[in-house]
Amino acid sequence: MKKIIYLILFVCAGVAAKAQSPKGKYGTFALTNATIETVTKGTINNGTVIISNGKITYVGAATTAPAGAEVIDCKGKWIYPGFIDSGTNLGLSEVGSDQRTIDMNEIGEVIPQMQALTAVNPNSVLIPVTRVNGVTTVLTAPVGSMFPGTAALINLHGYTPDQMYANFKGVVVNFPSTGRRGGFDRRSDEDIKSASEKAMKKLNEVFDRAIQFHKLDSATKGKGVEYYPEMEAMLPVVRGERTILLEVNAAKDILEALTWVKERKLKNVVLTGCREGWRVAGDIAKAGLPVIAGPVLALPSREYDRYDKAYANPGLMKKAGVKVALRTSETENVRNLLFNAGFAAAYGLGREEALKAVTIVPAEIFGVSDKLGSIEVGKTANIVVSDGDPFETKTNIIHVFIDGWQIPMVSRHTQLYDEFLKREPGVNKSQK
Amino acid sequence: MKKLITIACLLIAISSMAQQIERGTVLIKNGTVLTITQGVKENTDVLIKDGKISQIGKNLAAPAGAKVIDATGYHVMPGIIDAHSHLALDAVNEATTPVSAMVWEGDDLDPLDIAMYRAIAGGVTISHAMHGSANAIGGQCQTIKHRYGTVDPKVLMMEGAPRTIKFALGENPTRVHGNNGAGIVPNTRMGVEFVIRQAFSEGKEYMESWNKYNASKNQKGFRGAPPKYDLRMETIAAILRGEIIIHCHSYRADEIYMLLKVCKDFGIKRLVFQHVNEGFKVAPELAAQGAMASVFADWWAYKFEVYYSTAYNAAILTRNGVVTSINSDDAELTRHLYHEAAKTQKYGGLTDDEALSLITINPAKQLGIDNRVGSLEVGKDGDVVIFKGHPLSVYTVPAYTIIDGVIKFDREKDADDMRLYVDPKQTIDITDAVFEETLSHNHDECMKNAEFLLNVKFADQNR
Repeated sequence: MKKIIYLILFVCAGVAAKAQSPKGKYGTFALTNATIETVTKGTINNGTVIISNGKITYVGAATTAPAGAEVIDCKGKWIYPGFIDSGTNLGLSEVGSDQRTIDMNEIGEVIPQMQALTAVNPNSVLIPVTRVNGVTTVLTAPVGSMFPGTAALINLHGYTPDQMYANFKGVVVNFPSTGRRGGFDRRSDEDIKSASEKAMKKLNEVFDRAIQFHKLDSATKGKGVEYYPEMEAMLPVVRGERTILLEVNAAKDILEALTWVKERKLKNVVLTGCREGWRVAGDIAKAGLPVIAGPVLALPSREYDRYDKAYANPGLMKKAGVKVALRTSETENVRNLLFNAGFAAAYGLGREEALKAVTIVPAEIFGVSDKLGSIEVGKTANIVVSDGDPFETKTNIIHVFIDGWQIPMVSRHTQLYDEFLKREPGVNKSQK
Repeated sequence: MKKLITIACLLIAISSMAQQIERGTVLIKNGTVLTITQGVKENTDVLIKDGKISQIGKNLAAPAGAKVIDATGYHVMPGIIDAHSHLALDAVNEATTPVSAMVWEGDDLDPLDIAMYRAIAGGVTISHAMHGSANAIGGQCQTIKHRYGTVDPKVLMMEGAPRTIKFALGENPTRVHGNNGAGIVPNTRMGVEFVIRQAFSEGKEYMESWNKYNASKNQKGFRGAPPKYDLRMETIAAILRGEIIIHCHSYRADEIYMLLKVCKDFGIKRLVFQHVNEGFKVAPELAAQGAMASVFADWWAYKFEVYYSTAYNAAILTRNGVVTSINSDDAELTRHLYHEAAKTQKYGGLTDDEALSLITINPAKQLGIDNRVGSLEVGKDGDVVIFKGHPLSVYTVPAYTIIDGVIKFDREKDADDMRLYVDPKQTIDITDAVFEETLSHNHDECMKNAEFLLNVKFADQNR
C-alpha cells in the first residue's frame, strides 16, 4: 500500500513538473477561419494556414485540413508572420545589474571574432517571456568597444544556439562619435576633436589591415597567413560577404559615416540606431543604406528638439525614402517591440509600414526573406496568432509557432499570475 | 505723495504675488469625457473657470475671455499623475546617512527642467518629485504641479499637498551603506529593519519629550530647558503622528511584509509601497492593512531583486483590493503612462476605468490629493489632457494638456526647434555638439547622486 502511495505521489510530481514547463509540439497544424495578414501578399479573410514539418505548406481559402493535422480554429483571430526585433541583447544578459550573468561585453577594442551566438543562453528565463508576446526572432548583439563582436539572428526556440540560429550574422562596428556626450561630458572641444580623429584613424587602420589580410589570404589561398582571429573575422566583411552593422546616431556622425562608406566602397552596410536619422534622412536615402532604427520609445537626442522626435524618427526616414526596420535595444523587455512599432505607426510611419518594419524589411536586410518575414508557402513556420491588431496594447497573442514548433504559451510572468492571482492560503493560513 | 508711492508699490507686490500661479479659463467642447469616477460622457463639454472645473455638461456657454477647444472626436480625461518621479530635481540622493529624513526635495526644485515639458506633452500634470533610494529612510519628497514656464521653484509645489517621505528597502540601501559601500549598517535586510525601527523608536522618544515639555512649560513653577531641536527627529515624529505619507522603494515580498509589520507596531497607517515588484505575492497582506502600491507596468530583471517579477503585478494587486498606481521613475517612461496603464489590460484584463484609475485617481489617493485632482468632477482642479484616440490605444496621441485651466501643451503649436534665438533668423546647426547619449530607460534613476559611495563602478550597475 505504501508503495502505491509513493508511486502515485511520484507520478503526480512528474505531472506537476510537466505542467510547470510544458514542451513545444511539432507536427502538422491547420489554422483555420483566420484573418491572415501575409505582409507581402495582402490580407486573406477566413483563410487557412497549414504548417507541416517546420514550414508553411499552404496559405489560402481552403476549409479542409490534411489528414492527421491538428486543426486550430482561429475564428475571430488574426495571423501574422513571427515578429522580428532587429537589435537586442536577448540571451546574452539575464540580470541587468549582475555582471556574472552578462555576456555581451568582452574586453578589447577590436574583437569582431567574439561571437554573440556562442554566448546565447537558450534557457534564459527572458526568452519565453519574449516569445509568448509574439516576437519569434531577434538579432542579438554584443556591445562595448569599436568592434565589440559579431551579432547573430536567432529564433526564440531551441535547446542549443545552433538550433536557434536563423542564418544571419553581422559584424558590429560602433562608428566614432564626434559630438559631446550630453551635458556631463566635460571634455574640451580640442579633446573631443582629437579623440574622434584618433578613433577614425583606428577604424581605418582596421579596415586597411583587413584588406591587406584579404589580399594575402587570397594570394596564398589561406596558406600564407598566420592565426589572426580579428582579421579572420574581418575577412568576410571586406569581401562583402558579411554585413557591417554600423552603429551611428548623431546627425553629423551619420553624414561622416555615409562619406566613409562611400569612400571605402562598402556594399554591405546597414546603419543601426540613427537617432538623428530624421535630420539627414535625405542623405541616408541617397546613399541607399537601410536603417535599423530604435528604440522608438526614447527621448529626443537634444534638449531643444521636439518632444516626439524619437517616436517620429522611423516615419520621417521612411518618408524620405529610407528602408527602415525597428529594434528595441532591449533585453528583458524585447516583448515591447510591437508597442515600439505601434508608436512609430501613430507618429508618421503608418500601420502598414510599421508592420513591414518588424517582419519583411528586417528579413530582407538580413538576407533571409526566403525564410522569414511573411506568410508564404515554403517559408519557415514562424507564425503568430492574435486576438486583434498585434500593435494594440490590450491585444493578446494566442498561439506562437517557431520553426514549426507550437510554443507553450507559458512564461515566468504567466506562471506567477496563475499562482498568485488568488493566493492560497490568503492572509489566514488555515483558511483557503 | 510718498504714501501714494508706497501704496502703489504694495499693490504691485501683492498683485505680482497673486499672479505667481496662473489660472485660466477654458471651455472644452463636445468631447468623449472620461471622468474616471463618474463614467464616460459622450459629446460633453467641460468648463474650467479660473483654474477649477466649474461645469461638466452639454452645450455649455463660453464665459468672456475663455479659450475654446473643439474636442469633437477627442477623448478628455483628468491630467495624469506620476507617483514616482525624479524630474525637476537638482539632487536625488543625500546618500551620506542611512536616515536622511531632515532633507527635503522642495529645497532643490528646478523649474527649467525640459523633462517636465516632455512629461506635459505626455499628459502628465502632476509628479511626485522623490528623493532617491540610497537610504533606508530617505529624504522628504515634494508633489509638484507641472507649471512649466515659471522660474520660481515655489510655484511648482502643489499647494496643500500632504508631506511625503521616501523609504527604501533591499539592495539599494544595503549596497550604499553596507560592506560594498560606506561599511556601516545596513548591510542586509535585517539591518534595514533595524535602522527603521531604531529611527522610529528614537523619534517616538523625541516626540514624547517635546510633548512633555510643551504640556508642562506653561505650568506655574516649571523650571527646565526645552529638548534639543532635531530636524531629522521632527520629521520622524511627524511620520508617527500621521502627518507624512511614507512612500517606500521596495521589491521583494519579505521586505514589504517587514515594513508592514514595523508600521503596524508603531501605529503608522499612511503607507505606499513604490515599485513593489513582488507586491503581488503579499497582496492579501497589503490589502488587509490598507497599504497601497505604485508599480511599473512591466519592468523586471534589471537587478536580481526583480528577477521573480510579473507584468501581471498591477492586475493581481487590483483584484486583491490594493489601491494601485502605475508610475515611471523615468524621464522617458513618464511620457507614456497612458500606454503603461493599458498594458494591464493585456496582462490581467483590467477594465478601461480600472486601467485609467492607475494613472489618475489612484496615484492621487497615494499622494493624498484625491480631493483636488485625479478625476473630472466639478470643483476639482482644471488639470485635463485631451487625446486624439482612446488613451488606452497604442495609436493615441496626446493633443492638449491643461493645468489649472492654462493650456500648457498644444501639439499643433509645438515647435520643431524649441530654442529661443537671439537672432530669429538663425537656423538649426546640425553640427551642434551637445548630443544626449542617454537613450531611453535608466533603471537606476533612484540611485542618482549615490554613485560616489559605491565601490562597484556605477556604470556597471545600470545600463
